[in-house]
Amino acid sequence: MTAPVTTLITITTAPMLDYDFMRTGFAAAGIVALLAGIVGFFLVLRGQTFAGHALSHVGFTGATGAVLFGLPPLAGLVGFTVLAGFAMGLLGEKLSERDVAIGMMLSLALGLGLLFLHFFTSYASQAAALLFGNVLGVDNRALASLAILAAISLAALGLIAKPLLFASLQSELAEAKGVPIRFVSTAFLMIVGVAVAECAQIVGVLLVFTLMVGPAAAALSFTRRLYAAVALSAALALVEAWGGLTLAFYSDWPVSFWITALSGAVYFASLANWRGMGRASGEAERRA
Amino acid sequence: MSALSFDQVSIKLAGRTILAGVSFAVEEKEFIGMLGANGAGKTTLMRAALGLVPLSGGAISVLGRPATRGNASVGYVPQNRGNVASLRLTGYDIVASAAGGAGWGLPRLDAAMRREIDWALEAVDARALARRSLSEISGGERQRLFLAQALLGRPRLLLLDEPLISLDPAHQKSVVEIARRLRDELKIAIVFSAHELNPLIHAIDRVLYLGAGKAVLGAVDEVITGPVLSKLYGAQIEVVRIKDRVFVMAGDVDVERDAHRHEHDGARHDPHHDHDGAHA
Repeated sequence: MTAPVTTLITITTAPMLDYDFMRTGFAAAGIVALLAGIVGFFLVLRGQTFAGHALSHVGFTGATGAVLFGLPPLAGLVGFTVLAGFAMGLLGEKLSERDVAIGMMLSLALGLGLLFLHFFTSYASQAAALLFGNVLGVDNRALASLAILAAISLAALGLIAKPLLFASLQSELAEAKGVPIRFVSTAFLMIVGVAVAECAQIVGVLLVFTLMVGPAAAALSFTRRLYAAVALSAALALVEAWGGLTLAFYSDWPVSFWITALSGAVYFASLANWRGMGRASGEAERRA
Repeated sequence: MSALSFDQVSIKLAGRTILAGVSFAVEEKEFIGMLGANGAGKTTLMRAALGLVPLSGGAISVLGRPATRGNASVGYVPQNRGNVASLRLTGYDIVASAAGGAGWGLPRLDAAMRREIDWALEAVDARALARRSLSEISGGERQRLFLAQALLGRPRLLLLDEPLISLDPAHQKSVVEIARRLRDELKIAIVFSAHELNPLIHAIDRVLYLGAGKAVLGAVDEVITGPVLSKLYGAQIEVVRIKDRVFVMAGDVDVERDAHRHEHDGARHDPHHDHDGAHA
């Protein structure tokens, strides 16, 4: 009778990082949060958050399809989201921002994913993991894939960062100055595809917004400076992801729930802060 | 050498003729007001001068060279700028995004670029302004920042697409004044498009009027006349002068005012207009 109780006490009081799955989880969540925070910043700046959301649903189709054919879900996820990002980029900036077209793509993708699941009914838990994430299920091989993909994406983003920023802030001027708008936006949407696929591993395809958009949108309300906002977006994503893992460990509630809760709390706090910032500078102006 | 010359230029977009055999030459250091009804092709003309629109005939030369994309000696302030999220960033960061043109890599600013940005902000008296976020300043103040941005790279020709749109009269006046000062101090040619002639009438050297696929460039007194404008509008036009103001009337409708109003009736939502209030 005493043995299970002692075990329980040991488990709950032991430091989280004594557990292999927790260490892997922290590493995976950290890599993904940094990628999502940085890529998500540009997504928010460009007003393409809905496109990011749609890409995650396409990822669901890819992942379920991959499972059906006995491939790792991450391969299907990344393959489909990057291809879809490429297609969206080719359709052009204007079309890829159209809510109806994206919304239709999104439901078509989820419908196909459902069909794939139908053929493989024993994978109900797999479906839940895809939809809501399973960071504690990440193994070392998947961790290595996440790290390599994130490194490639960030390197690619670094290469196009200047024209991307210029085009995001002032597309017509950038076009006149010779920025290849179509190329840059297509490359960016492919990078978003990778980031979305990685996020889906942590928080699931339905909750990708929570790491891709929440921290970036909040960061833009806490600072007016560009570099500070990018750094803050990455930092917030990291804190929210690790905070979610920690809270989940001690509460035994789902990790994804805690990450969405933290992301939501930070975002809504940022809204209040932005109003405060606006008022303060308005008053300074009147006094001047 | 002309700053901007059109030689028998024709442009068709989606099957519609925008310009049909248009010729004119803007000289260096000239301040040109460009007018014409909505859809007359003011924006298309500027985009063509920037090498962004294919010509179906003729040739455009900019400072003696064929018009090409990415020409550093042309500054441009487009009409539709930015997006909602960018309003949260400082004016400095927005202006700086254009520094160095269309290069690759990380958006880094070296000392020379910072000096260039400071110089451009100084030229429009906007250094203090640039420390605030775009959402905290008025439409006229934003327009000054975009002018500073257009000055990066020290252009010799500035193309300003409707910089007065939805500004109140006081801000309109200040933007026109700054443009005139830039022309005087920096010796650059300016093409400044507008819906109404009156805010510009004292600042410009000549007027370029577009309509019916044609363009007429000349002194205000030569161009803003009943016969010339009747041809460009394809309708009977009368020009009414009250003191030093000019009204272009078709029947009993003031066509310039009317055009302006239609612009704002459209579904197009531009966040930059939110804070300006008076749509004079």
